[in-house]
Amino acid sequence: MSDMTFKQDDFKVVGKDLEGSERIVRKSLTYWQDAWMRLKANRMALVGLIIIIIITLMCFLVPLLSEQTFNFQDYDAINEGPSAAHLFGTDELGRDLWVRSWKGGQISLLIAIASTIINVTIGVIYGGISGHFGGKVDIVMMRFIEIIYSVPQLIWLILLRYVLGNGLGVIIFVISITGWGGMARIVRGQVLQLKQMDFVTAARTLGASTPRIMWRHLIPNTMGPIIVNLTFQVPGAVFAEAFLSYLGLGVQPPLASWGLLVNQGTKMLLVHPYQLFFPAFLMCVFMLAFNIVGDGLRDALDPRLRN
Amino acid sequence: MDRSALINVVDLKKHFIVGKNMVLKAVDGITFDIFKGETLGLVGESGCGKSTAGRTIIGLYEATDGEVIFDGQSIQDMDKRERKDFTRRAQMIFQDPYASLNPRMTVTDIVGEGIDIHELYKGEARQQRIYQLLDLVGLNREHANRFPHEFSGGQRQRIGIARALAIEPQFIVCDEPISALDVSIQAQVVNLLQDLQKQFGLTYLFIAHDLSMVRHISDRIAVMYLGAIVELAPSFELYKKPMHPYTEALLSAVPIPDPTVERNRQRIILKGDVPSPINPPPGCKFQARCPKCMEVCKRVTPELKELEPGHFVACHLYDKENQQILQNYTNKQDFAGKTGI
Amino acid sequence: MAERLLTVENLQVCFETYAGEVQAVRDVSFYLDKGETLAIVGESGCGKSVTAQTIMQLIPMPPGKIKGGKVELDNVEISALTDKEMESVRGEQISMIFQDPMTSLNPTMKVGKQIMEVLQKHQDMDKKEAKEKAVEMLRLVGIPKPDKRADQYPHQYSGGMRQRAMIAIALACNPKLLIADEPTTALDVTIQAQIMELMQDLQQKLHTSIILITHDLGVVADVADRIAVMYAGKILESGSLEDIFKNPQHPYTWGLIQSVPRLDKKKRLIPIEGTPPDLIAPPVGCPFAARCQYCMQICKDRFPEKTVVEGNHYVHCWLQHEMAPKVDNPLEKGGNA
Repeated sequence: MSDMTFKQDDFKVVGKDLEGSERIVRKSLTYWQDAWMRLKANRMALVGLIIIIIITLMCFLVPLLSEQTFNFQDYDAINEGPSAAHLFGTDELGRDLWVRSWKGGQISLLIAIASTIINVTIGVIYGGISGHFGGKVDIVMMRFIEIIYSVPQLIWLILLRYVLGNGLGVIIFVISITGWGGMARIVRGQVLQLKQMDFVTAARTLGASTPRIMWRHLIPNTMGPIIVNLTFQVPGAVFAEAFLSYLGLGVQPPLASWGLLVNQGTKMLLVHPYQLFFPAFLMCVFMLAFNIVGDGLRDALDPRLRN
Repeated sequence: MDRSALINVVDLKKHFIVGKNMVLKAVDGITFDIFKGETLGLVGESGCGKSTAGRTIIGLYEATDGEVIFDGQSIQDMDKRERKDFTRRAQMIFQDPYASLNPRMTVTDIVGEGIDIHELYKGEARQQRIYQLLDLVGLNREHANRFPHEFSGGQRQRIGIARALAIEPQFIVCDEPISALDVSIQAQVVNLLQDLQKQFGLTYLFIAHDLSMVRHISDRIAVMYLGAIVELAPSFELYKKPMHPYTEALLSAVPIPDPTVERNRQRIILKGDVPSPINPPPGCKFQARCPKCMEVCKRVTPELKELEPGHFVACHLYDKENQQILQNYTNKQDFAGKTGI
Repeated sequence: MAERLLTVENLQVCFETYAGEVQAVRDVSFYLDKGETLAIVGESGCGKSVTAQTIMQLIPMPPGKIKGGKVELDNVEISALTDKEMESVRGEQISMIFQDPMTSLNPTMKVGKQIMEVLQKHQDMDKKEAKEKAVEMLRLVGIPKPDKRADQYPHQYSGGMRQRAMIAIALACNPKLLIADEPTTALDVTIQAQIMELMQDLQQKLHTSIILITHDLGVVADVADRIAVMYAGKILESGSLEDIFKNPQHPYTWGLIQSVPRLDKKKRLIPIEGTPPDLIAPPVGCPFAARCQYCMQICKDRFPEKTVVEGNHYVHCWLQHEMAPKVDNPLEKGGNA
């Protein structure tokens, strides 16, 4: 214990070091930096993210760079299995399925992303308004959603398709219109909760207007659940499109989409199973990856799990 | 101290309907003045309505009945533009340092929000003003770009104070600003509030349940129970000579950090729990737990009367008819003055 | 004759976080005799709760980790027990009550059943016996109509009653040690007075030893026999009630007493300026150095040795060293005590 020698100098009074005590030692992390770090730590989510990036890139690059277009019909090569020349084989019209699968992915993705953007926008605004105003407005708005949702989404898809006719735009519209309810409910729930928080009350006390409270206080703090829900909307939209196309109500030939390819492949299931397998596999892997990333994001963005 | 009243609260009521035939009478008819430059303490236990009173006075809740008059103008009568002006003059500091700051905004934006809403400063002048405010509350300038979660509770409260001061208010409602803080940090924040009061001539309504701290900071104190004010007096008076049985019990329950005093005290331990403000019975609010409850207390609500200069009490014990009963209690030296002070 | 019940020796606990390792408890030692009430006083983040939970092995490991030290209860090293073995210690030999009675009781289980659970696990009672004992416990803690109340759910109880129920559960098996972690902080002051009175009453009846964790010096003055003052993961000063209140030696203790208002005396509130250190990078020397007006160069370089003031009153402060300047207790001068 006392093998230390003491110098008189040591005992000179130096007083407080308040600046030192108030200094923040840890690095400043924004919400997003912290979330990214947590996401990175989740191996599965990272793998999912990589898969999504790879598939998306392929969907856009392969049709662009490939010598064969998705349309080209080679009557010499009908219903051929996978080979060096045709990685995924060919279909009954001699079209190369490798390019077709990726082109189909391109279309499916476009539809999914476009409709997701639309229905997120509608959902956020609708839910934001409903939650913010509360009371009768909220009750009416929520009942409206419930009424719409009492009819299953797939039935809506079919009905609207019959009413509105054909075309990619229609498909996108139809999928958007039936998908926004979930997002609206989530945003509404979040907003209702946030409304009670003191920082919102403080903003009101300072004289903040309703739009200001909505855009600066309520929505930014809802971003977490919005993003998570958004991530789940994409595979939902892919599936909705696939369903429509499978019924022949979606994308029409000669265009391709994953759903359409699966439709065509099913007819050949017993004879040429590979024609169903490849597009179905791509679609499933893509949707699975999105779901895994969605789960990872949910954990990463949850402020309560922040360390 | 300027004795002109900045705020007159007249028979203020705030009721909430919480179910079929269930009315929560959070604030049930309170009347008092707040004088310019003073700190009025508002104390009571959970459910007494002090927080609701504070928020109704500042206009966050619409009063069910009664009036709040701010500097001669009734808040209830203000139109939208006047209301916005009013927010410049009356501000609030909140209890929960974790919930009162938007976790996605930097300190600069939080403190500057009022400045932005009322368009007081722009650009460089705005930045300078924000630095000035941070200095005022004892925060480093380098903290300006950080987020709330990086700060301790005490520091967050200081950010909240800077935010309230940014628009130069006259009156601040402090809603339990120190309850969630550590003991030594409470003293920091209270001292800061007092310094700011001296510097800017602020008027405070200080709402809290920690009586020791309220006594320390307040000039006058109002004691609330189930939505009503039971006693209102200058701080020193209240502690030296509590007149309402609830006040006596409340003071007696507060532990004193000195073993010699604490272990030799005579304590009044109230029986039962703090009752619910939903559908309260007629008569005095305190009847269920009052050790001195009489028949009249169960039928007639006592009025808040000025029994000595500046000292108001709402209790039937002080009615002329009950003088003998009061005398008996005083003679027995039962409770009056027995808070060990 | 004082009989030793609990010994905590050189306890070190840390937590793994994304930002690094947080040293929550740094070399903490204290003891508790049978029948005593020890108050551990400190502010948030000082490690008092972590210490208490480590005694009961309630800290999830990971991210927690006991880096060193041991805990002995009645001469048994409980820190070396496995989780399974600890299960028979918890509830029966050591119990804990928490700050928030709302979240500490199971909302979907009747209160009586929650008491019975403890009894049936540790004391091998059958259902009927356990039910009787549960009702008796509720009566003991002052809950009116205990037989009816035993069949109710926590949400039907008021805050004060829930805290009483929690005490009933904790004391059902008559444990040797009760750890009360800020038991009255969330309660109204009149209810707080009731609960403190109840705890003292029960201690007398059941001869339980109590560790009381709190930041409220008033509560401490009321019920504690001895006090340990914690700061930034270390105990800075420890002694009897009289020692700490009448003859405190550490500047932090002075600071604490000076910053607390008193109902009976109007005095200047002298806050402790600054903020406690972040325990991810705890300071090498005395953790209070940055906030201490008497801080000396040596305080920054080395953690002070233990100095015995008198009897079991000791303090860790370089001001005690013979080479240090003499500093008067500011509480005596200003009459702030």
